[in-house]
Amino acid sequence: MYKILSKQVLNPTVMRMEIEAPLIAKKAEPGQFVILRAEPEGERIPLTIADFDRDAGTVTIIFQIVGATTEVLSHLSAGDSLADFVGPLGVPSRTEGLHKVAVIGGGVGCAIAYPIAKKLHQNGCEVHSIVGFRSRDLVILQEEFRQVSDKYVLMSDDGSTGEKGLVTDALRRLIESGERYDEVIAIGPLVMMKFVSLLTKEYGIKTTVSMNPIMIDGTGMCGGCRLTVGGETKFACVDGPDFDGHAVDFDEAIQRSAIYRSFERKKHEETCKLYQGGAV
Amino acid sequence: MPNMSLEKNAMPVQDPKVRSGNFEEVALGYTAETAVDEATRCLNCKHRPCVSGCPVGLKIPDFIKKVAEGDFEAAYQIISEDSSLPAVCGRVCPQETQCEAKCVRGIKGDPVGIGRLERFVADYHNAHTAALPERPVSNGHKVAVIGAGPAGLTCAGDLAKKGYEVTVFEALHLAGGVLVYGIPEFRLPKTIVQTEIDNLKALGVAVDTNMVIGKVLSIDELMDDMGYEAVFIGSGAGLPRFMRIPGENLNGVYSANEFLTRVNLMKAYRQHSATPIRHAKRVAVVGGGNVAMDAARCARRLGAEEVSIVYRRSEAELPARAEEVEHAKEEGIVFRLLTNPVEILGNEQNEVVGIRCVEMELGEPDESGRRRPVVKEGSEFDIEVDSVIMAIGTSPNPLIKSTTKGLETQRWGGIVADEKGQTSRPGVFAGGDAVTGAATVILAMGAGKTAAASIDEYIKSKD
Repeated sequence: MYKILSKQVLNPTVMRMEIEAPLIAKKAEPGQFVILRAEPEGERIPLTIADFDRDAGTVTIIFQIVGATTEVLSHLSAGDSLADFVGPLGVPSRTEGLHKVAVIGGGVGCAIAYPIAKKLHQNGCEVHSIVGFRSRDLVILQEEFRQVSDKYVLMSDDGSTGEKGLVTDALRRLIESGERYDEVIAIGPLVMMKFVSLLTKEYGIKTTVSMNPIMIDGTGMCGGCRLTVGGETKFACVDGPDFDGHAVDFDEAIQRSAIYRSFERKKHEETCKLYQGGAV
Repeated sequence: MPNMSLEKNAMPVQDPKVRSGNFEEVALGYTAETAVDEATRCLNCKHRPCVSGCPVGLKIPDFIKKVAEGDFEAAYQIISEDSSLPAVCGRVCPQETQCEAKCVRGIKGDPVGIGRLERFVADYHNAHTAALPERPVSNGHKVAVIGAGPAGLTCAGDLAKKGYEVTVFEALHLAGGVLVYGIPEFRLPKTIVQTEIDNLKALGVAVDTNMVIGKVLSIDELMDDMGYEAVFIGSGAGLPRFMRIPGENLNGVYSANEFLTRVNLMKAYRQHSATPIRHAKRVAVVGGGNVAMDAARCARRLGAEEVSIVYRRSEAELPARAEEVEHAKEEGIVFRLLTNPVEILGNEQNEVVGIRCVEMELGEPDESGRRRPVVKEGSEFDIEVDSVIMAIGTSPNPLIKSTTKGLETQRWGGIVADEKGQTSRPGVFAGGDAVTGAATVILAMGAGKTAAASIDEYIKSKD
């Protein structure tokens, strides 16, 4: 069993948990992910590692309540345990040899973008973070990002915090103002990553995106997480999750991510009812 | 006097109409009376040809003799000397190409039902003997086994019986490998797998789940820092193969691995399962092996009205066990033989709506000795389906290869190991699908058994 050591609410639907997992903490690198089951008989879901502490033997996850499993997870507290916690999976993000990088985070994707920004900052790279949220209530990790960024731009869809607009607006402005990035790293909703990649392609800036497709085992067995990258089938669990944003077929990935949407919605509603009814 | 009936005692089965709507076991097993009757068909040949057909060298005539005498527990003890998973083998081995293919009774009439007898004996033992095996005295040597599938479990069991302290590292949350994620409940009930694993645990085998070796720990760490003197790699088959035809990433196209993992490991067939699965009406399963049969029969049980097997060669070349093909046909699975997909068709929502195929004919034999299928010109046609399952094999998992220095692999990714299971790294052994590519449970068990003997020899030679 994998004990939850702390739990923190970051915004109404996003939570942070520190999990006791010393072996995974020892090996984890930014960009890698874990697969977890909140309870026995639960589904296996992938979550990218948000932080880790090798000395304390802990791995931090940040998740948004989007379905049944994350709903169950959100009702667990410090002292409870997860049924399963496997990792670190996937190939670590490449952060070496970069001098100036724009890190783009969208919504809960900031949870994954942050450790990469932090690692780049530790490597002495100049980091420009551009983060976007729907509105002010949903902003997460603001202080954390500021501490590791040479420039921090906050965008919101409704203008309730930071500047009104999309992350691509801010990125275009920075590029147009003469900023020269070695690389853009974008992590967030598929649509955001698609449009960031289209933008950087215009300017010929190398772009890395972190894909989070549907997965089951996460170890290179089921093939459910396949994507088309540069015309070839790739598996996010062992070939990724990072890929060249200019080569990813985002439209296909967007359609594949919706395969089980109606099931997921129904399951989530059922789970919510269980909690509301006090049956659990 | 031996029973000279030319026919094997039939295996009682669930009615096909009933079973194609449930996930309960299809074959129901011999009664004690039938088992004794079948056992008396064995001639107890002096040259024991059947034994040479068994990858783990089971002493077949000896256990059958005990069955004929009605001493089923003694029969079990004989089987368990050579097999760590008797209740499993009796159900999933391709006996018709192994032990039973060599049976003298098969020259005229049916061979002795060796597989059915093995299953009967194992089930009898599990039903009548609550006692778990005793843990042997430890010899103080530690061995790590990677992968809790048939190869790893067999290797672990054999080593534990010799007194080794064995830890099996399993990537998934449950031990069993393909026995739990791949082979469906109706062919191999999971309680049977669990019983066999409990027996291994009683022998002292530790099973550490959620451990992806190559990621959380490397083989070097196991050997250098954690005191394991030898390692057996039984990590199994890896990523699914696809045909590289248009439409394979449409919604509704599964690899057999994904489809079966959802159904079997994650129990998607149960009403309240947390794991989703597509309940398609018309399904095409591409491939002709056991995995294809399993996928087709699962799809049928999930409510599909028409399920076809699409296979590019003819019936004679189907690699699946004869019994699985027969059971699939009884359940109404359509066999579209000499048929090969060229494209999967989708609609605007990216959902599968059909599969475009060509007819094939058999030409000259290829390297495998089987006649090569050749496309019939102008034979293209479409089948309306809303799901496609690709069951055309797997390629090896890259995780261990990429994190273990000095471990040689074949060009196609399989780990290089000699006939004793020795890899290019001293103290590191390997077997099963990780070495051979996708094969059978019993061949993996045979490889695990051979490697256990080699590991014993290797560690003793160091003392």
